[in-house]
Amino acid sequence: MKRRDIIQKIGFSALFACMAANILFLGGIIFFIAARGLGAISWEFLTQAPRDSMTAGGVAPAIVGTFYLTLGAIIFALPLGVACAVYLTEYSPKGWIVNVLRISINNLAGVPSVVFGLFGLTVFVKYAGFGVSILSGSLTLGILALPVIISASQEALAAVPQSIREASLALGATQWETIRKVVLPASLPGILTGVILSVGRVAGETAPILFTAAAFYLKGYPHSIFSEVMALPYHIYALMTEGTHPEIQTRIAYGSSLLLLALVLSVSMLAIFIRARQRKTYNA
Amino acid sequence: MPNVDYDVRIKTEGPRPPLVRGPVALNMNSLGEADVFGAEPKISARCVNFYYGSKRALNNISIDFSPRRVTSIIGPSGCGKSTFIRLLNRMHELVPGSRLEGEILLDGMDILSPACDAAELRKRVGMVFQKPNPFPKSIFENIAYGLEVNGFTGRNLIEEKVVDSLKKAALWGEIKDRLKDSALGLSGGQQQRLCIARCLAVSPEVILFDEPCASLDPISTAKIEELILELKKDYTIVIVTHNMQQAARVSDQTAFFLMGDLIETGRTDRIFKAPRDKRTEDYITGRFG
Repeated sequence: MKRRDIIQKIGFSALFACMAANILFLGGIIFFIAARGLGAISWEFLTQAPRDSMTAGGVAPAIVGTFYLTLGAIIFALPLGVACAVYLTEYSPKGWIVNVLRISINNLAGVPSVVFGLFGLTVFVKYAGFGVSILSGSLTLGILALPVIISASQEALAAVPQSIREASLALGATQWETIRKVVLPASLPGILTGVILSVGRVAGETAPILFTAAAFYLKGYPHSIFSEVMALPYHIYALMTEGTHPEIQTRIAYGSSLLLLALVLSVSMLAIFIRARQRKTYNA
Repeated sequence: MPNVDYDVRIKTEGPRPPLVRGPVALNMNSLGEADVFGAEPKISARCVNFYYGSKRALNNISIDFSPRRVTSIIGPSGCGKSTFIRLLNRMHELVPGSRLEGEILLDGMDILSPACDAAELRKRVGMVFQKPNPFPKSIFENIAYGLEVNGFTGRNLIEEKVVDSLKKAALWGEIKDRLKDSALGLSGGQQQRLCIARCLAVSPEVILFDEPCASLDPISTAKIEELILELKKDYTIVIVTHNMQQAARVSDQTAFFLMGDLIETGRTDRIFKAPRDKRTEDYITGRFG
């Protein structure tokens, strides 16, 4: 065997090893959580509220709460983020201002989530007077999701070939019609990728809802967007840090973690499904 | 100088010096032919200068395009022919930092004036691009889109127009059972004919072809050329091409551009048989370009 063939072999083996390590870590996490959590999951666990100082019953209010919070965050952040991305990519004159904005948005994605939580507490809970509620929590989580959605949308919009915009304009379409009917549909798969990523992030965050939405324990379900809610990530945190029956609570925490994974996956699946359908229509 | 040298510098913002209109003598000095076909021109460019930033891309271009004729614009790469054709439907406005001086008239109306709406203009002056650029939508939607943005409503009317333009673009027979399929699944030549059909659907008066066969095989090219000859019965056509045989085959009038200058224009047979400028002759005979 020649030297360069050997180098190539070593190179590809190293790449394979890295890939395998990734799969191992990912698979490990899922296996570990499934192994410990599966035992806790039952019909009662999914449909009942916690009982007996959280040592029995289920986590249904937390499931519902996390679902509301995530949905609320996306409803708030998706239109705002996409609109912002459209403005930056399609309308605003290219120059240093746009570059500064882009860098700022990317930096926003790096801000620790607890800082968003404090911001939400000050602005939404106190100043706007929404109180500790689904609304405050959703808005805070939405702001957290904004940079991810904006960046993903910007990339998706920039990936739409200029030739297609020209084709539309040359037919007598206005720039607005071109964006709405040609550019946005073509970039939808990319935008949805951003949504998928942010759903995962938003559903799993604890710190932003700590002061803005989450309740340690609630008997029933939220009545309106101004209600406090239980949420799975915060519930897991509470189970592991408080209470008097650590063994039982740990088991429930693993069950909740498994549920949270499943919930994120199912919301993502919806976006993946839409994206796949879209890709089928838009590509050969 | 074969082209008339105008000493006037026309600024778009300033008051314009009076310009002579119609099939005028402006070109006569340079061509010896008052108007190539003796008709009122569909489009007239008068003393057009164009700049990308501070770089001047077109120098003092004056040319007439006769109605229901094919004019081909030939010249080596970078001579400004694509730049020029994109002025005729104001696609140059998409380029930031570009600047245009002079006057371009469509049926005597100044298309560069603020009173002229770019979208309305582009409906009248359609364009087919170098690379086929169908929308990532179905074949049907590709054509229906242009109709919708131009205010056509009613499923039946749109369907009728879609079928009609596909027939005009000689594509109907090949794809009539696949209207719901993605346009991106078509071959390059079919995609380009779809783009032509899309352009025809909105009933333009002028069609600009910017090297429409640059990415096509000879058979697809032949089909497009055939189509252009058919279309000239109803439309005024301007085609930019690298291919001199193509210019000779499809066009009635030929214009030769070189380094941003219009060197010579006239009837195609005359240009190819008896070019008046040495540079035109050198280009046509393949001595450069």
